[in-house]
Amino acid sequence: MTTLAAPPATRIGAAKALRHGLTLARRGVLKIAKNPEQLADVTIMPILFLVMFVYLFGGAISGDTSSYLQLVVPGIMVMTTIQASVTVGIALNTDVSKGVFDRFRSLPIARSAPLIGAVLADLVRYLVCLVVLLVVATIMGYRVGTSVAAIPVAMALMMAFGLAFCWIAVWVGMLVPNPGTVQGLMAVLIIPVSFGSNIFVPSETMPGWLQAWSDVNPVSLLADTLRGLLNGGPVAGPLLGALAWMAAILAVFFPLAMRAYRKRLA
Amino acid sequence: MNDDIAIRAEGLVKRYRETTALAGVDLEVPTGTVLGVLGPNGAGKTTAVRILATLLQADAGHATVCGHDVRRDPVGVRSVIGLTGQYASVDEDLTGAENLTLIGRLLDLPKAAARARAAELLDRFELTGAGGRAIKTYSGGMRRRLDLAASLVGRPRVLYLDEPTTGLDPHARNEVWQVVRGLVDEGATALLTTQYLEEADQLADRITVFDHGRVVADGRSDELKRRVGGQTLQVRPTVRSDLDLVERILAELTGASPARDDDAALLTAPVSDPTLLSAMVRRLDEAGITADELALRLPSLDEVFLALTGDAATRPAEPERSLV
Repeated sequence: MTTLAAPPATRIGAAKALRHGLTLARRGVLKIAKNPEQLADVTIMPILFLVMFVYLFGGAISGDTSSYLQLVVPGIMVMTTIQASVTVGIALNTDVSKGVFDRFRSLPIARSAPLIGAVLADLVRYLVCLVVLLVVATIMGYRVGTSVAAIPVAMALMMAFGLAFCWIAVWVGMLVPNPGTVQGLMAVLIIPVSFGSNIFVPSETMPGWLQAWSDVNPVSLLADTLRGLLNGGPVAGPLLGALAWMAAILAVFFPLAMRAYRKRLA
Repeated sequence: MNDDIAIRAEGLVKRYRETTALAGVDLEVPTGTVLGVLGPNGAGKTTAVRILATLLQADAGHATVCGHDVRRDPVGVRSVIGLTGQYASVDEDLTGAENLTLIGRLLDLPKAAARARAAELLDRFELTGAGGRAIKTYSGGMRRRLDLAASLVGRPRVLYLDEPTTGLDPHARNEVWQVVRGLVDEGATALLTTQYLEEADQLADRITVFDHGRVVADGRSDELKRRVGGQTLQVRPTVRSDLDLVERILAELTGASPARDDDAALLTAPVSDPTLLSAMVRRLDEAGITADELALRLPSLDEVFLALTGDAATRPAEPERSLV
């Protein structure tokens, strides 16, 4: 796949690569189970934001906390997914710097298997984070206004978004020397993208330039899609924009990430 | 390809921007033998291992492992090698058993077989009790033994041991040595890199000395020792005040002026004729002098190494050794 193969070379088929990827994904999930504190990191932050915004600013922004809750929960779901997707970059970077990757690479498995494994394990992370968030939100009084069937659809959309967005983290993870730097650099990207959106406040109250950005921000578009799905309202418009963003992120960062991955491991 | 040569490398070159890590290295490891690659930090040992393990591509030269070309058939190479060392590691969050089972699964063993193989290796490396604990709770020695076990899951024909005992205390180092000796007795072919001269002396059939990305010497350990200098006669009189007298006797017998270490009360002189040892015993006896130490010895690999590389500054500090 990535080798400059000449005839006598031993090859690894796609089915085998996928099986190795799944084996490594199981390792990732096992690690999540063993280090719940790492998951707590990405789970608790959004919940803190949820509680703080709802009870602190909710009344001021929406008139009362319960209607603000309906506005903010879908947005925080997007924020959670973005934050959880950084972990893949950190995990890959840690594996490379600790030499675990060299062990994998000395085995007759596909070069892509560790990457497939890391990204698949991330799906489990998104799912756990989102479920915890929804449970807390429900306890606080959040109610799905459409139908319960909308929840798995919303989850699936978030997973798809996470799978697109995580390539930025993979790319950064392969470029910088240590795991801490991945976190720092990704925060620089995530904070303006998360806050410069309509997830906490409607963009109408923002100054023109910020409103212009917020309206095209993929985080806003995804939050609007989820609001439509879960609370009721238009879905198609924001979904189209969100899908366009996801495709664009994938088109740019997947190749960049793959190049950086190969280079890091060369 | 020749079957009795497990690892063959010719003219390996690797450059990193300014520095040349390998400047044309040839290696040949016959099947069933251990080659010790000895050299200070930065000599290119790890680079050579990484190229031979297909983790790195050489800029020039070529190499085969059990007939598989490292460049053209990396997967073939990976299916016959095991890698242990400072860089190839295991997952610290997982338990010993989980790590070994994971590798077994990646080597396409069925689940039950992977578990059985893990249990077998844990048992063999006396880690059964620790098999259920996360690696991060392991001591240094246990960690290295597990690293070794991890490299053996696939029953490799060729084993790379990249500085397997660096950073271990003498006890843990001994444990690892015993494991390696056991593997060698079973007929493994191994390439061992080390900064410890004693380690190469203990474990390797042949030793290749690297310095600044080149092979500066190659041979059996006694050959290397002989190449650098002959034997020496060492005497340590029981009573310090006898030093002068012993020095005179030694000078008379060997015809050379002995090196004198007053701190250790030790006299050393080069000898060409091994029978001088018995002459020395007689002379000391006649003079009524007893000695705590009286020995004929080959130069230590330390001395060999120093003589070969001629560059003390690049050597790692080895506090436990004192140069005579």
